[in-house]
Amino acid sequence: MSDFAICLAVSAALFTLGVVGVLVKRNAIVVFMCIELMLNAANLAFVTFSRQHGTVDGQIFVFFVMAIAAAEVAIGLSIIVTVFRNRASINVDDVTMLRR
Amino acid sequence: METLLYLVFGLVALVGGVLVIVNRNPVYSALSLVLTMFAVSALYILQQAYFVAAVQIVVYAGAIVVLFLFVIMLLNLGDQGNLPAASGTRRFVGALLGVTFAGIVGAVVWEYASTAGPAAAAAGDIDHTKSLARVLFQNYLLPFEVVSIVLLAALVGVLALIRTHGRGLDSSEADNV
Amino acid sequence: MSTLLIQIVVALAKALFIILLVLTAVPILVWAERRVSAWMQDRHGPNRVGPAGLLQPIADGIKFLTKEVLIPAHVDRKLYLAAPVILLVPSLMTGAIIPWSKPIPADSALGGLLSAVNWAPDGIPFQVAQINVGVLYFFAMASLAVYGIILAGWASNNKYTLLGGLRASAQVISYELSLGLAILSVLLIVGTLQLNTIVEWQAGGMWMVFAQPVTWVIFTIAALAETNRAPFDLAECEQELVGGYHTEYSGMTFATFFLAEYANMTMSAALNVCLFWGGYTFFGLEQILPWWITFGIFLAKVAAFLFLFLLIRWTFPRFRYDQLMRLGWKMLLPLALGNVVLTALGLAAHEMWGVPLWPALIVGQVALIGGVALVSVMRTKAESAGSAESQARA
Repeated sequence: MSDFAICLAVSAALFTLGVVGVLVKRNAIVVFMCIELMLNAANLAFVTFSRQHGTVDGQIFVFFVMAIAAAEVAIGLSIIVTVFRNRASINVDDVTMLRR
Repeated sequence: METLLYLVFGLVALVGGVLVIVNRNPVYSALSLVLTMFAVSALYILQQAYFVAAVQIVVYAGAIVVLFLFVIMLLNLGDQGNLPAASGTRRFVGALLGVTFAGIVGAVVWEYASTAGPAAAAAGDIDHTKSLARVLFQNYLLPFEVVSIVLLAALVGVLALIRTHGRGLDSSEADNV
Repeated sequence: MSTLLIQIVVALAKALFIILLVLTAVPILVWAERRVSAWMQDRHGPNRVGPAGLLQPIADGIKFLTKEVLIPAHVDRKLYLAAPVILLVPSLMTGAIIPWSKPIPADSALGGLLSAVNWAPDGIPFQVAQINVGVLYFFAMASLAVYGIILAGWASNNKYTLLGGLRASAQVISYELSLGLAILSVLLIVGTLQLNTIVEWQAGGMWMVFAQPVTWVIFTIAALAETNRAPFDLAECEQELVGGYHTEYSGMTFATFFLAEYANMTMSAALNVCLFWGGYTFFGLEQILPWWITFGIFLAKVAAFLFLFLLIRWTFPRFRYDQLMRLGWKMLLPLALGNVVLTALGLAAHEMWGVPLWPALIVGQVALIGGVALVSVMRTKAESAGSAESQARA
């Protein structure tokens, strides 16, 4: 197995872990962490392909992903804090108002 | 030698990822996430993406996960935070989807890896950071500016979100930003 | 392969030396802190053990070592024990990129010994790792230290420690921005992230602080906040939080926190010297002096900075939490942003119109100071007008 394949496999597995975590976990904060896992997996794939193709464009994309991740975490966590203030819970199963 | 390092750090990243999900306590989940971040950063270093590796630590480990921990401590959930994972059908469906997804992606990776693709570029002796900056500020200037606007929008959005009605922001709440 | 082995051995030896150096500095620093505070408060301070109390830290160390490490029943055991180590390790790791002296020349005794078995004909750098993202590496490691405080606060399972950890995390995130922006304007000028190149750029007495005094002030304030040093030690303020994040620690675990705090301080001072005060250089003299004297010069500069930190601690009262946030977000951050813009403009003027570099930079700094003065005068005027108006209405 080449180094390239190892990195891609790790990236794929990390992304899968992130997907499973988002589906399975109930703590909203941990669900957010799993989203971060997925973003990291994507970043790893970007860097790996960037190295494989000998350009730095993939690494540039990693910066964009990181910037968006920072914005997303700030918004997401403040949503969680607001929800917690109103419902005293961070269980994602408790936030079902829009369903009814 | 180097392949061994790839394997070790790849494995550490995966172990961290599994622990994020398996741990019931959100603080332990956050620490496992840091472990994964470090391992991924090591993989970046192995691929000579030094700048990205350093930024990965600064942004993810230094800021984002600290923010997670801050919110966990701010809410101070105690045992209420240690929610068990969803039970029954959702767990089953999650596992099923996960396995399916892993199978699809794994097949693609296998296909691509066995065809070997273009050869890895030789490690140039160029100033890596400078070449990165050149590409960022010449070819990707517009996306760069757009991202800065997105960040500004996020900042304003957070302030709007955590604003409590009637009395505006008080100082302790302003720190969530 | 054998060259690789030798490289590894040399790097390990350097790392060990630096760790020992920092760990030796800590007891001296503790002694200095107590003596300086006593001097500033017109008392004697520890003066019984050894000459001028110099052996006091050793006695304290023995006391810490022989004391029982009490682990309260309600703590999260694993993280409780890991936290002091997590705080100490990153601060020691930052020492890897500091250039402690000029490269050890191959014709000196030590350099000859090393270069006989080694690869470097033009001297061995007295620096564990010359990585090309050096400053970013320092920044990354420094931002990890906060984990130790957060985890200590959380794992102790005590409301005071939790508040300490909470404060520390918010504080470090807030001041990291100003710190990064201050470093950024230095990097803009030098055009590299390698710390040894930054130091060499300042050789000949053209220290960065002469061109960037405002940047230096921003950096020093932010670095003080990053190291949780007074007047920014809200995470451990005795009057409000008992002992802050380390309330529940005793014996050697507590001593490790102490060690980490002073190691952090030393590294922060070392980076400050490297970025702004010319590192091991001294007005061109480093060209003719042997390497170990340049090492001494560097240590002397760091010691001067540590002394400054001690003076600051015993001069300024601690900030209140909202004052801390206001200083970080409403004053330092805009100032640092303006500083980066003006520095970039100065550099552009230098490159496009051939304006000499130093005047171009100094004009920017003066403009910044002028701007700050203008804003504060206007604000004072507005405030006094507002209060006069309210008085008239009353």
